[in-house]
Amino acid sequence: MSEPRTLLAIDKVSKNFGWVRAVDGVSLDIRENEFFALLGPSGCGKTTLLRMLAGFETPNDGRILLDGRDIARIPPNKRPVNLMFQSYALFPHMSVRANVSYGLEMERLPASEIRSRVDAILATTELVAFADRKPEQLSGGQKQRVALARALVKRPRLLLLDEPLGALDKKLRGAMQLELKRLQHEVGITFVIVTHDQEESLVMADRMAVLKDGRLLQCDTPHAIYEHPADRFVADFIGVMNFVPGKAGADGVVAANGARISGKVPATLTTGASAVASVRPERIRLFPSVETTNRTAGTVEALAYQGLDLQLHVRTPLSPKPFLVRVTADAADRRPVSSGDQVELGWDAADVRIFAE
Amino acid sequence: MAPALVWLTALMVVPCALVLALAFFRRGIYGGIDYSFTLENFGLVFDPLYAGIFLNSARIAGTATLIAVVIGYAAAYAIAAAPRRWQPVFLFFAVLPFWSNYLIRTYAWIVLLNREGLITQLLRWFGYTGEPPSMLYTEGAVIAGLVYNYLPFVILACYAPLSRLNPELAEASRDLGASATTTFRRVILPLTVPGIAAGAVFVFVLSIGNFVTPALLGGGRFQMIGNLVYDQFLTANDWPFGAALAMALIAIMLLVLMAQALAANRASGHTVQSGGDTDG
Repeated sequence: MSEPRTLLAIDKVSKNFGWVRAVDGVSLDIRENEFFALLGPSGCGKTTLLRMLAGFETPNDGRILLDGRDIARIPPNKRPVNLMFQSYALFPHMSVRANVSYGLEMERLPASEIRSRVDAILATTELVAFADRKPEQLSGGQKQRVALARALVKRPRLLLLDEPLGALDKKLRGAMQLELKRLQHEVGITFVIVTHDQEESLVMADRMAVLKDGRLLQCDTPHAIYEHPADRFVADFIGVMNFVPGKAGADGVVAANGARISGKVPATLTTGASAVASVRPERIRLFPSVETTNRTAGTVEALAYQGLDLQLHVRTPLSPKPFLVRVTADAADRRPVSSGDQVELGWDAADVRIFAE
Repeated sequence: MAPALVWLTALMVVPCALVLALAFFRRGIYGGIDYSFTLENFGLVFDPLYAGIFLNSARIAGTATLIAVVIGYAAAYAIAAAPRRWQPVFLFFAVLPFWSNYLIRTYAWIVLLNREGLITQLLRWFGYTGEPPSMLYTEGAVIAGLVYNYLPFVILACYAPLSRLNPELAEASRDLGASATTTFRRVILPLTVPGIAAGAVFVFVLSIGNFVTPALLGGGRFQMIGNLVYDQFLTANDWPFGAALAMALIAIMLLVLMAQALAANRASGHTVQSGGDTDG
């Protein structure tokens, strides 16, 4: 397989609003035909970054290269980039068809071409039956599809989506996640999505960037970020993580109660510095074999049945917070536990990630 | 509901009915009223002399409306674009003239437009030495007075839909490739037409029946229907004809209001493209 081509290069981009540095020296590359997610808590700068890509904000510093051309100062109506707004921003006085045609009319294309392209995209987004409706006569999911069709019909080099599923209820959201991915595949356009929902980006993105306070913390595939978070914040923000606070040792972390958690200590951490050892709930085994490196006893405080698996809250002497342990329903059936039981937990050193506190 | 009806009947329906009834009688030989039925008064309304005054009033009111809408819409647009916390302050200043009396505000324009008034003095200060421009007692002065007095209505009427407009709509239009002008023409303007129509109707209806401004700033040389009605009642002492004129005026106002209501209805019934254009 050939090396994927870089479509968009964000090069040391910064943006200030008054005294606030909303985006602080962010550099990242987005590849051709990629589904890319910008993820972070609210106020992390992801929306500002997206608005700079769309052309609604101009960076104070840095370059935004699209196909090698700096577009940082090109107005939004002159960029081959389209944005799907969080509010959808459908024109309320126009029908679905008029909304979708609008962008092509601006390109002054012949009426016949506009018609055929609009028909095609309405078919792709399953909106043919609603073409003559006004936005107010549509459901949330339909509005979302109109907004998507309106942006996609322009065949942009890059489609930006600002929290595209934020306004939908949970069930519809799950369906639309897969729908968006299918569409992206079908139209072959690079998608950049902004979201605060880490689960959403894990499901949809080919690669994702985690931002906090305007800075880029990590940019990689969801799998790599989940398995090898760059720091404590990312480890906590993506998925669920159990943390054991303590001091860094030569080959692990010494917890407050003196217990040792074995794991690979990063080179940047000096012995004796404050550190946390962490492990994902699904990596912890209940009643481990004796050769398991890291083990602790605990008391089951609560159980949450989740269909496919069982989530246990286990109080241990290692950390002030209870451990979260995920057991498959299968395993739980073989050896049932209930609230108040004494249990033993174990996990391998290879599953431990150690970060500076 | 019931108290409101009583109120409306006592203060609106009864006086209007009295004026309407008056219009069907003859004028007494020495003024006063001769209580015999006639339709002459309404026939006289369509006499070229008086119809001309109606047309002239409509033209002056229409011009004032057009100017007030352009200025008022621009002002409302600027206010709606200002930072949120400043908007109430700007709106307050826009309606501030309403806190003073209409007559006083109109007299202020006399001070301004007088032969040796403030504008002339300002011109002299800039080195102008010729004849003072004659501005007062012109049609322009009447229009200026009407625009000035009714501008706040337009600003308020246009500000409401402009401030409610989702700013992302304009951004979406830009994002889809539209220039700022196209965005205004195809998105912002159609969505704010109801406000423009409401403001325009206010100005037109209040202007076409106005008599204070043409009397003071037009110097009696530019007759509008309002002056004519005033003259019939208080100078010519022909109450029945005055009543007929007043009824014709009310009919025009009702037509304009109905047209606007129809247009507004159509707009909320999803076709905003066409607006209620009410210029006379």
